[in-house]
Amino acid sequence: MQNAIEAGTLTAVVAGVTGYFVVLRKSAFTAHAFSEIGFAGAAWAVLSGISPLAGLLIGSNLGGLGIALLGRRAINRDTQIGIVLAFSLGLGLLFISLYSGYATQTYSILFGEILGVSQAQVLETMAAAAAILLVLGLVYRPLLFASLDEDVAEAKGMPMLALGMVFMVVVAVAVSFAVEVTGVLLVFSLMVTPGATAQYLARRPSTAIAASVIIALLATWTGLFLSFYTSPPVSFYITGEVFAFYLFVRFVYARFRGERLSQGSLLRPPVDRSG
Amino acid sequence: MAKLIAESATAQVKSDLIVAEDLSAGYGGRSVWSGANFSFGRGEFVAILGPNGAGKTTLFRVLLGLQHPTGGTIQLFGSPPRRGNPHIGYVPQRHTIDTETNVECLELVRLGVSGTRWGFNPVTHDDRDAAWSALEAAGASDLAHRRLGALSGGELQRIFLAEALVSNPDVLLLDEPLSNLDIKRETDLLHLVNNVVRSRGVTALLIAHNINPLLPHVNKVVYIANGKMTTGKPQEVLTSENLTRLYGIQVEVLKDPHGNVAIIGVEEHHGDIP
Repeated sequence: MQNAIEAGTLTAVVAGVTGYFVVLRKSAFTAHAFSEIGFAGAAWAVLSGISPLAGLLIGSNLGGLGIALLGRRAINRDTQIGIVLAFSLGLGLLFISLYSGYATQTYSILFGEILGVSQAQVLETMAAAAAILLVLGLVYRPLLFASLDEDVAEAKGMPMLALGMVFMVVVAVAVSFAVEVTGVLLVFSLMVTPGATAQYLARRPSTAIAASVIIALLATWTGLFLSFYTSPPVSFYITGEVFAFYLFVRFVYARFRGERLSQGSLLRPPVDRSG
Repeated sequence: MAKLIAESATAQVKSDLIVAEDLSAGYGGRSVWSGANFSFGRGEFVAILGPNGAGKTTLFRVLLGLQHPTGGTIQLFGSPPRRGNPHIGYVPQRHTIDTETNVECLELVRLGVSGTRWGFNPVTHDDRDAAWSALEAAGASDLAHRRLGALSGGELQRIFLAEALVSNPDVLLLDEPLSNLDIKRETDLLHLVNNVVRSRGVTALLIAHNINPLLPHVNKVVYIANGKMTTGKPQEVLTSENLTRLYGIQVEVLKDPHGNVAIIGVEEHHGDIP
């Protein structure tokens, strides 16, 4: 249980930060696609007798870099991404059917197995989390600029292709580790929903990122706690909680605050000049 | 005396921020326009006109260093254009911003100056002051904490203008900032740009489809059509003979008593009701 809390905490922080950018760059579908390319990689890894995490990392990174190399408008290529996604799932299915061992590993890749996380996995997650946060810190402002205003950022000399590739690798690694907690199919619950919710809570990126992390953390902790005492799995609680909170913020909170403070930020009065 | 005149002529050339000689541009072997000569000085307000696809945005791409000229020379501040020149503020042609964008306007304006910095560096007081003064110059202080996705077309253009101004550029490139604006907002925005040009000594190049709202403000007009470019004062450029020569077909420039211009006889319409 202690391993689970540690791995869950690290994953939630990374997913919360990364997820904000995924939502801002409208890359949710892309992120989903390469988590499923990662699934094919993981199934292949299981078949070949190597660690599923290695397969996930290879698969999702190749997918992410491929999409980044397609160019700056590739994020909107829903059709192409969908076609590759479907093929990846098919490949994953083939690898599983070829594997004669237990199917539990496959099940845990699809739906997460946080309670089975080992001490070594916690250390791996910690190293990955540190690397991701460091990289995101270094590219923070240019990435924000490129995400909000591609054309001007390009004219200002920002290396758009390199930024896109760095971001895709960050998401690929973050997704691969988040899969341990939520599984391939439910990775959105930590990678997208908290970031999407946070955009309605704060208009300043730094504040919104903090909100995204807090949502992901609370959902992970309470999910672990609830599943420890009841029978539904952790992933179910996490997805359910973030979804319920998203609905509340989107339709109750944002509407209520939006009307009262339509002139200003949700967190600051309109004529505050400190910012 | 002759020497003095020669010297002052050299000084004149040196004070010009943008000088092009026999400049041509194109994509993949296809020429867009060629033989362009122009020079713009500090604090000049220049309108860029011409039909769709004539290469108005191409001119901006050349100035921004996003595209190499296919011939001739172009100098900005005495050197060839390069991508990421901090002396240029740029407002690209945009039709919308996603209504789901919940980031506040101030952040975008600030990124105009801090968005090119790598590494861990919190926003400085200077950045804040620069952002607020740019917002003020663009008449957009009241929009600072609004979310980008909630702005109207005119409000958005003011924010883009502030974003371009925040790095204190010497040259402003505005690509069709007036499209999608009604007459009132069009006039308001042009007054703002004009104030910036006069008060900050900025050279502004503005691509537009309708010259009339611009006539009270601009010093020069660049007219691009038929693969060629002609430059000069508005009254010099916008004449029947000149545009007929440029287009290669009969073109009539009509003027009403208020000084409004209508250009007739070409496939594209200018000076009409927007």
